[in-house]
Amino acid sequence: MGSQGGFYQSKEFLDLVKSIGEARSKAEEDRIVLNEIETLKRRISEPDIPKRKMKEYIIRLVYIEMLGHDASFGYIHAVKMTHDDSLLVKRTGYLAVTLFLNEDHDLIILIVNTIQKDLKSDNYLVVCAALNAVCKLINEETIPAVLPQVMELLAHPKEAVRKKAIMALHRFYQKSPSSVSHLVSNFRKRLCDNDPGVMGATLCPLFELIARDVNSYKDLVINFVSILKQVAERRLSKAYDCHQMPAPFIQIKLLKILALLGSGDKQASENMYTVVGDIFRKCDSSSNIGNAVLYECICCVSSIYPNPKLLESAADVISRFLKSDSHNLKYMGIDALGRLIKISPEIAEQHQLAVIDCLEDPDDTLKRKTFELLYKMTKSTNVEVIVDRMIDYMISISDNHYKTEIASRCVELAEQFAPSNQWFIQTMNRVFEHAGDLVNIKVAHSLMRLIAEGFGEDDDNADSKLRSSAVESYLRILGEPKLPSVFLQVICWVLGEYGTADGMFSASDITGKLCDVAEAYSNDETVKAYATTALMKIYAFEIAAHRKVDMLPECQSLMEELLASHSTDLQQRAYELQAVIGLDAHAVECIMPSDASCEDIEVDRDLSFLNDYIQEAIEKGAQPYIPESERSGMLNISNFRNQDHHEASSHGLRFEAYELPKPAVQSRIPQALIASTEIVPVPEPMYPRESYQTTMPSIPSDAGSAELKLRLEGVQKKWGRPTYTPATSTSNSTSQKTVNGTSQGDGASTVSSMRETYDSRKPQVEVSHEKQKLAASLFGGSSKTEKRPATGHKAAKASSHMVEKSHVPKSSMEVASDKAASAQQPPDLLDLGEPTATSTALQLDPFKQLEGLLDTTEVASAVNGAPAASISPDIMALYVDTAAGIHNKNDADLLSGLSNPSVTNMPGTTAMPQVTQSSSKRPNPKDSLEKDALVRQMGVNPSSQNPNLFKDLLG
Amino acid sequence: MIHFVLLISRQGKVRLTKWYSPYSQKERTKVIRELSGLILTRGPKLCNFVEWRGLRVVYKRYASLYFCMCIDEDDNELEILEIIHHYVEVLDRYFGSVCELDLIYNFHKAYFILDELLIAGELQEPSKRTVTRLVAAQDSLVETAKEQTSSITNIIAQAAK
Repeated sequence: MGSQGGFYQSKEFLDLVKSIGEARSKAEEDRIVLNEIETLKRRISEPDIPKRKMKEYIIRLVYIEMLGHDASFGYIHAVKMTHDDSLLVKRTGYLAVTLFLNEDHDLIILIVNTIQKDLKSDNYLVVCAALNAVCKLINEETIPAVLPQVMELLAHPKEAVRKKAIMALHRFYQKSPSSVSHLVSNFRKRLCDNDPGVMGATLCPLFELIARDVNSYKDLVINFVSILKQVAERRLSKAYDCHQMPAPFIQIKLLKILALLGSGDKQASENMYTVVGDIFRKCDSSSNIGNAVLYECICCVSSIYPNPKLLESAADVISRFLKSDSHNLKYMGIDALGRLIKISPEIAEQHQLAVIDCLEDPDDTLKRKTFELLYKMTKSTNVEVIVDRMIDYMISISDNHYKTEIASRCVELAEQFAPSNQWFIQTMNRVFEHAGDLVNIKVAHSLMRLIAEGFGEDDDNADSKLRSSAVESYLRILGEPKLPSVFLQVICWVLGEYGTADGMFSASDITGKLCDVAEAYSNDETVKAYATTALMKIYAFEIAAHRKVDMLPECQSLMEELLASHSTDLQQRAYELQAVIGLDAHAVECIMPSDASCEDIEVDRDLSFLNDYIQEAIEKGAQPYIPESERSGMLNISNFRNQDHHEASSHGLRFEAYELPKPAVQSRIPQALIASTEIVPVPEPMYPRESYQTTMPSIPSDAGSAELKLRLEGVQKKWGRPTYTPATSTSNSTSQKTVNGTSQGDGASTVSSMRETYDSRKPQVEVSHEKQKLAASLFGGSSKTEKRPATGHKAAKASSHMVEKSHVPKSSMEVASDKAASAQQPPDLLDLGEPTATSTALQLDPFKQLEGLLDTTEVASAVNGAPAASISPDIMALYVDTAAGIHNKNDADLLSGLSNPSVTNMPGTTAMPQVTQSSSKRPNPKDSLEKDALVRQMGVNPSSQNPNLFKDLLG
Repeated sequence: MIHFVLLISRQGKVRLTKWYSPYSQKERTKVIRELSGLILTRGPKLCNFVEWRGLRVVYKRYASLYFCMCIDEDDNELEILEIIHHYVEVLDRYFGSVCELDLIYNFHKAYFILDELLIAGELQEPSKRTVTRLVAAQDSLVETAKEQTSSITNIIAQAAK
């Protein structure tokens, strides 16, 4: 296949790769790369570089960029290379640009033209190369430029081109659905393509289309089912087989589509039952791909309208997955279980021990998946155990992303199923304490909201109990040394709102604590702001209750500090606090009603409360307000602006380099005279400013109103409407209200966000109600599940041993054909050593069979062989890995030189077939010689017994 | 959809990167660093999947090379594992029992092959034979082109004499 002929790069390049491979540290590597960048920068800009050299430079750039360095100086050369006539060069150019450029890069516009030309090429390989680039580079803006050509290619005689064209359209659809929505029928047509590859590719866009709009594709159910049936019955060419599974990738895609189409649709689902059942039966569960298809079947079954028979087979497969020794299968089993329990919750019960084993597994991935499952099956009876476990796990990990996720899950579950207020508050406290600032601020807001609104029951008593327990716990927690900011915000807000509500704590207690917070976290302005507002609330409530207010000295000093704060927000809060304290009880009650954080704030959008004021002003002779749309002067300006914007947006590439805002004003006069909308202002370039000023006086006459007002019009965009100035002074009071209730505002925003989450949760909740009913007996409630491992752990262990035992003979039988099965080999070896690997080989040709035999003997010899095997496990593993598949190395001497004597001293019998093989499979021993020569060229003697040299090289 | 493909050696050296979703150069470096920290430290008997930033990374070790693909949460992990194996098998056919050295020195070829296998983050061709044939067709074209250019330069060189 001419692969080894690929060593035609120059010595320089090989040296570069080699020295990178030998670099002992990242610093050394960086130094080498920087050196290389300098060299390339110099070389690449030389004139008249031969194409071949240039191609190598570009490949070196790719290499540099792959190592994480910036090669942007060479991008333009890669772009140029795509223009080249020879495919050899062009292909490299396309490869480089697809690797270098993201779809929003400026250089892409330079490639579009080339792509257009190449899409029309009569050489299908050129078209393929261009289509590869289309998939990566064409963005929303440039889709129209290539769309017609890509459409034409759907009818190209070569299936490779049709396939890529389909995928390109798929990509277009992902980027901008509207641009290709009129072409959807083409996807349907391609489904009937003669070539299974093209048909398979068509399933990708169809899947996406169906996911967005199921109902328009219900008519295809029959077609998909019949395709799936044919695939499962091995009607496709053997070339699509994979480990004896007929076209598994196509099967998986089809099952995914069927899952979408059958979801909640009994009629459609009934069409699918037979074929899915068939696949369940036919799937070979000993190969990885077979299990992949089985898993997809389960997903499909759990998505379509339930069928008891299929559910049963799905449950069987799940239990097989869970009992397997492979972590991968356990993982898939847990995932599948999570899907299936939505429909038939009862199957969880038989797997509870397996689930608990997975939960305690050292493998983090498996553990997380299990938590996901638990999350799905949480109900009020087991919420305490599950959330407790989750929090324990959350504390133990350091991955912030996941910590955030699990924290929000804990919060969600606690909100939904909390058995008692006490527990709820405690749980939240734990989450906040440990997940710290990772918790989404929304969670904090929803917690505040929850404390404010209570649990929704109309039981005021319970609500106030909840609040007092919250206040109490927060006062205690404030003693802790370092608390996360978000948590402090919640604490401050709650203390401000409810600190003195039940009379257990005096105002001075609470304010003292709040001042401590503000002092201890003096760097955190948000916390300080919350604390100040809380202080204000406490004092306001005191005043409203006609109690005497004594400001603590530390509070006074805090206020003094804040009044002079650099933060205007803090300043304002401090001033407001001062103002509130000065007011009488009635006024304070209006501003700061007690426990009113959940009341709606009515916003008077018409500002009707200002009517009197306006009336008064007009009576005094003020001009009435003219709405923006009715102002003649404004109209033109905004029109012109709009025009400007239109122009800008219609030409995507104009970046407002020559906007002429000033002449715009000037142009109004001629515009008014000629009364044409298409005015191209021709300003005297010298005096734009002057002309602007001279036109100023003419505007007032134009608009017929006060000069002051008009000047403001000119800068209206910048400074807002002048007419509103009187309003702002009065609206201060409203703004004050919103300021002192910033948290209220927040609350409001979270209300909506919470609604959203509630909404999204709705369907789940519904299922879980059903689940609750059905599964009351199931997982036997929380305490039981928890105690189970303690009391019944031995049983669990024993049963799992049993499983193991029952499994071992089976698996060893399976692997009997290749004697390699051994625990000390890496897992991939085992994977590869699965009989299917060799048996496909068997099926393919007799030489493969020989190979299979050869492999096993090799493996065996390696395993039984010298302990040296473990010295260079890499290379051995490589040898072994590739062995199971389509093994044969023509530079075997190279490898054996590296690995160890046990392989080198292979029995002659095994050496023989190897030779014959290499000659049969690769009638080109020249290649191996070349490879060998290269290695020598690099200064390494391949047959030397010094493995260290190569270890370096291998990195 | 596959968001990116990474080939990392056991020592954390990058052998191949292909990004199907947009990542800036800075993000790429970060992703690689994070993932190699995550994957290379995992024990041999654990799952071949890792959860990472709400996505899932499926990896498989072949000799000293880790093949990683990052996918969405609702994709089929076992299928991706098979795609990785698929890729390795095609590489193996192409290079004739591939080893890490082949990929180090011929990374661009590995890219060409990957481009025939995956496109826009999806598997485009489930048949190994077709992929191999296509790549071979391109290579043979390249070879003939090379011969042509060399013969033309020869002619020119002779004419110049």
